[in-house]
Amino acid sequence: MEPALLPRTQFDSLIQALSQAGYRVFGPTPRAGAVVFDEITSADELPRGYKSEQVPGRYRLAHNGDARLFDFVHGHESLKRFTFAAAEPLWTIHHDGQVRFDANLPDGRPTAVIGARACDIAGMRVQDRTFLKGRYASYTDPYFARRRQDLFIVAVNCSTCASTCFCSSQGTGPRVKEAFDIALTELSDHFLLETGSEAGERIAGQLPLAPADPSHHAQAANQIEHVAKSQMRRIDNDGIYELLFDNLEHPRWDDVAARCLSCANCVMVCPTCFCHREGEVAAMDGLSSQHVRQWDACFTLEHGSTHGADLRPQVKQRYRQWLTHKLGSWWQQFGVSGCVGCGRCITWCPTGIDLTEEAAAIRAQPGLKAT
Amino acid sequence: MSALPKTNPYLPMPAEVLDNIEEAPGINTLRLRLSDPAQRAAYSFLPGQFNMLYLANVGEVPISISSDPGEPEIIDHTIRAVGRVTEGMVRVKEGETLGLRGPFGTGWPMEQAKGRNILVITGGIGCAPTASVVGYAHARRDQYGKITVLHGVRKPADLIYGERFESWCRATDTVCRFASQETAPGWSGRTGLVTELLGDLEPGAMDGMTMMCGPEVMMRAVAEELISRGRPIEDIYVSMERSMQCGLGHCGHCQYGPDFICKDGPVFPYARVRRLMPVKGF
Repeated sequence: MEPALLPRTQFDSLIQALSQAGYRVFGPTPRAGAVVFDEITSADELPRGYKSEQVPGRYRLAHNGDARLFDFVHGHESLKRFTFAAAEPLWTIHHDGQVRFDANLPDGRPTAVIGARACDIAGMRVQDRTFLKGRYASYTDPYFARRRQDLFIVAVNCSTCASTCFCSSQGTGPRVKEAFDIALTELSDHFLLETGSEAGERIAGQLPLAPADPSHHAQAANQIEHVAKSQMRRIDNDGIYELLFDNLEHPRWDDVAARCLSCANCVMVCPTCFCHREGEVAAMDGLSSQHVRQWDACFTLEHGSTHGADLRPQVKQRYRQWLTHKLGSWWQQFGVSGCVGCGRCITWCPTGIDLTEEAAAIRAQPGLKAT
Repeated sequence: MSALPKTNPYLPMPAEVLDNIEEAPGINTLRLRLSDPAQRAAYSFLPGQFNMLYLANVGEVPISISSDPGEPEIIDHTIRAVGRVTEGMVRVKEGETLGLRGPFGTGWPMEQAKGRNILVITGGIGCAPTASVVGYAHARRDQYGKITVLHGVRKPADLIYGERFESWCRATDTVCRFASQETAPGWSGRTGLVTELLGDLEPGAMDGMTMMCGPEVMMRAVAEELISRGRPIEDIYVSMERSMQCGLGHCGHCQYGPDFICKDGPVFPYARVRRLMPVKGF
């Protein structure tokens, strides 16, 4: 389908078409001073007229009353929660007599998410390399695969960005390139709508679309170009694995450790962090038990604990573990950076630690050794 | 080869406890057999690989396989009670059912070692992964050269697997040497570090493949000593240990620089881990 225009006043038609096709429809919605994804039934629930101010360690939503729906950029949540659940049962053992292990695969009800950004989709594609069998993964995670397969993505090309954004540096945005069903670019009164899959075509076919003319395409392209140019942060990925692993005793790790609370906010908001811990929830009668997993973080002491010994007792060691993996050894493991440039870890760090600055500080003075 | 359900590698397979043998206080060998005949028939493993064992209501832990891959229907795991799950596991009784997923990880380089001498160096309270090396080579005696086992402990009382060592020592072309950092009445081994045993070895003992398991500081000291004695680094292998919760390369706990211990290891060529081993906190 050729890109076409969806009037902003007709946005509900998209929500309805998805809902009638059997999807649970999620979209961004302002809540308690931030934007979170929630199930929505109307465009009135979207963050109409909201902007976000994002700087290291600070996120504030402001309402300016205009009609635009997606200028808030992003909240702390990425697409990750829809493909890799924050907590979920993996299987249940029944041992009332014969022992039986039953998988607890996610229910099959498909989900549509409106408002995924290029960085979110890039994050999902990075996680594909961890969780889907292929060149980088030996096993498919059926829980991730099931959710991923059932996900309908309405992506949004960013028309503005936060000061913490650096997707253009990481080559992941601001334009959405792949893995979407429908992509929208918000113009003055319309959305320029493109389809990226057959499922997207089917939904688009039910919408009151109008033809787009070259001026709409130009406006969309200019907007995206402007976003890319306005980004100030960047990461120099050239030889970054060697740089970081040649500098494991660099004094900068002590410096950042003095600012790091080891709270794991950065991990929780990261679209690519995949660590999870597994545990048991045994039934009160003792005859069955659920084996559950939940997101974990290398900032916890337990993460590095091996038969009771803590491998990374110091915050410096835990921050170093995170950063060297995220920016460095991810390349060795998955052929891509673990950072998609969404900037969430910078915004949501309580003390405003900026990983781009940390990496740059080591690059500026390689070879220093802490005494 | 794994017998895991292809559709869900997270799902354990029921495995019956055939026997629970106490090796030493708090150290038991569980002899398991997959309950499902089809899964049993599909299961095979290499020495050095591990399984995830699950104790109902308590949890799952990675345990290396210590029995012979030639008999993959009977799977032995030597377990030291060090945590909540293993404390429970050493107490299971014959006839009970555990969950088993696996095998996972890389095995020892038994193919490359064919026709060569094998030097096995272990340390600490006991090292089941290397038991599989010696067992494997003894079961295929004509395929391997001399086997030398060096075992280091902190104090003589830590020396377990007494019977196993005795049977090794009696085997053809096999030499066992022991070192303890502390001495005690009746200690006949060397008093000192396991590295000091290297100097007393018969000619040729170091000429083949070296396979090590134990504390990283020990493995590193031995590896560097071997290298300084002119041994090629390609002939040195180590078995690494980290927290592992999935065995699949998904849960992230066993990140080790460019590798995941669970799938790129646990057995590594020393060259692969040499750079990170001296760094504290990795």
